Amino acid sequence: MPPETTAAPAQDVIHNIGYRNYAGPRLGRAYARRSLFSQSLRGAYGLGRSAKSKVLPMILFGVMVLPAAIIVAVSVATKMNKLPLEYTRYAILLQAVIGLYIASQAPQSVSRDLRFKTVPLYFSRPIERVDYVAAKFAAMASALFILTATPLLLLYVGALLAKLDFADQTKGFAQGLVSVILLSLLFAGIGLVVAALTPRRGFGVAAVIAVLTISYGAVSTIQGIALAQDNTAAVSWIGLFSPITLVDGVQTAFLSATSAFPGGHGPSAGTGVVYLLVLLALVVGSYGLLMRRYRKVGL
Amino acid sequence: MIATESLSKRFPRVTALDRLSVDIAPGVTGLVGANGAGKSTLIKILLGLSPATEGRAAVLGLDVATEGSAIRERVGYMPEHDCLPPDVSATEFVVHMARMSGLPATAARERTADTLRHVGLYEERYRPMGGYSTGMKQRVKLAQALVHDPQLVLLDEPTNGLDPVGRDEMLGLIRRVHTDFGISVLVTSHLLGELERTCDHVVVIDGGTLLRSSSTSDFTQATGSLAVEVTDTDACPDGVAALHAALTGARLTVQPAGRALDGSPASGRVLLVDVVDEGTYDTVRDAVAELGLGLVRMEQRRHRIAEVFRDEQNGGAPDAA
Repeated sequence: MPPETTAAPAQDVIHNIGYRNYAGPRLGRAYARRSLFSQSLRGAYGLGRSAKSKVLPMILFGVMVLPAAIIVAVSVATKMNKLPLEYTRYAILLQAVIGLYIASQAPQSVSRDLRFKTVPLYFSRPIERVDYVAAKFAAMASALFILTATPLLLLYVGALLAKLDFADQTKGFAQGLVSVILLSLLFAGIGLVVAALTPRRGFGVAAVIAVLTISYGAVSTIQGIALAQDNTAAVSWIGLFSPITLVDGVQTAFLSATSAFPGGHGPSAGTGVVYLLVLLALVVGSYGLLMRRYRKVGL
Repeated sequence: MIATESLSKRFPRVTALDRLSVDIAPGVTGLVGANGAGKSTLIKILLGLSPATEGRAAVLGLDVATEGSAIRERVGYMPEHDCLPPDVSATEFVVHMARMSGLPATAARERTADTLRHVGLYEERYRPMGGYSTGMKQRVKLAQALVHDPQLVLLDEPTNGLDPVGRDEMLGLIRRVHTDFGISVLVTSHLLGELERTCDHVVVIDGGTLLRSSSTSDFTQATGSLAVEVTDTDACPDGVAALHAALTGARLTVQPAGRALDGSPASGRVLLVDVVDEGTYDTVRDAVAELGLGLVRMEQRRHRIAEVFRDEQNGGAPDAA
């Protein structure tokens, strides 16, 4: 097709070139799904949206990366022989930032479509319900992965610049990446399920924050009590009940991370299997719940 | 374009469609029915989004039960409800919907610019849609249904919420979608009179069953009557009767409207004159003038759905009325 030729020489001249039919390719369902994925992923950082909606995700991204930059600068300057913290520990330390990010972006991803009834329009396109849910889930998980993996990449590059041991650092970096992949999937699932319950964005934000902080607060309080009573087995089991301690448990058991549980009593490999199973069940379960949620949202 | 064969849709408590068989040819087709007549259910089934309980339906020769995705690629849909996010501009929104229909990015942008211009949206298309008037929103909704150059568009109550001028513009636009763009249109409404002006063919459904499917010219013939209301004067104490006699003398078919028109008290003073040709209007005017009566109103009669329903229930075609 010839390029658009409507550039009018003057504002008041409108060239009516008539209707032109479209004879080009129609790329179908898989392409539509990819388009929804990229639009949602860009939207999660405010790209393609108003300037105002870029502010919060970009600030959170900056806050997430800044400590890594400082650590790298200090390590290089003081010629440390290892990084002051493990790759797997980074996301745990900055969990509040990740929580705020998912709380602010999951509702904007799904509640908006529900509130303004854009969902029926999507379903009048070639995509099906499963495509919508998969695209939104993948986009949210990818956005979280970008948020959590970028600082790790920075640490890794910095560690190599500081001439730390290559094999050690690569192994640690890989373990960190696996851990943030699991974390991204889990947080995206929980965030989207909670956000998709309500078409009101404000409720969604509050609900996601509540789910993440209340569960974490409850779990660490009970763990603290258990530790005070020297019940270390309980400490390692109770971590199952909040998202971030679940990730912590999995990486303690399998990714040679140091546990952030009180007293460092993370789960052993055996208990860790349960942690991993629960985590995967939560990811699959939240996908299933989203599919259910959208069954009734057709036209 | 669309063919359904004893299509039924039953929900646990209601039957939305009951053995509906209808064939819709290319062109502009109106789908008329009261609220709850099954219009939206039919559209949902035609888009392949909701399985029919029994019967079959095909759109563009594709089976709705198995080829929904292919149908939706070639069909546009404009919903009745509001569906526009307020914080993005019309351009961004329509480009995104074009890509969701499978258009590559460059083509999506070109087609969006074209389509928005065709529906009459110019500079305002770069502003967030939250500030649009109802008329502009309806245009954007129409644009997103047309942006992928479908072979058929399904428009659900496109004139909802528009003022008379906006309504006329929208109807004109719908007419152009077929005449200028070559896209067939299925448009729903609960106002038959509105569709008469736009559509080639009208399908009336009620309670999920087909009440009537005929070309608009049939309806126009049926509605080709003129309602005339006159006053009495001293010379003619019963103006209506005098006019009745005068017009019958002029070989026109005349009958008192009785309560048939709108049930208002004045309808006893209204005569229904069958329009034979353009000359009929002159004959009526001259007859009124000769008798020296005051002409209160003289209007084209419009059918309302209720009348079609009543006529069908009485077992007669509307032109028997």
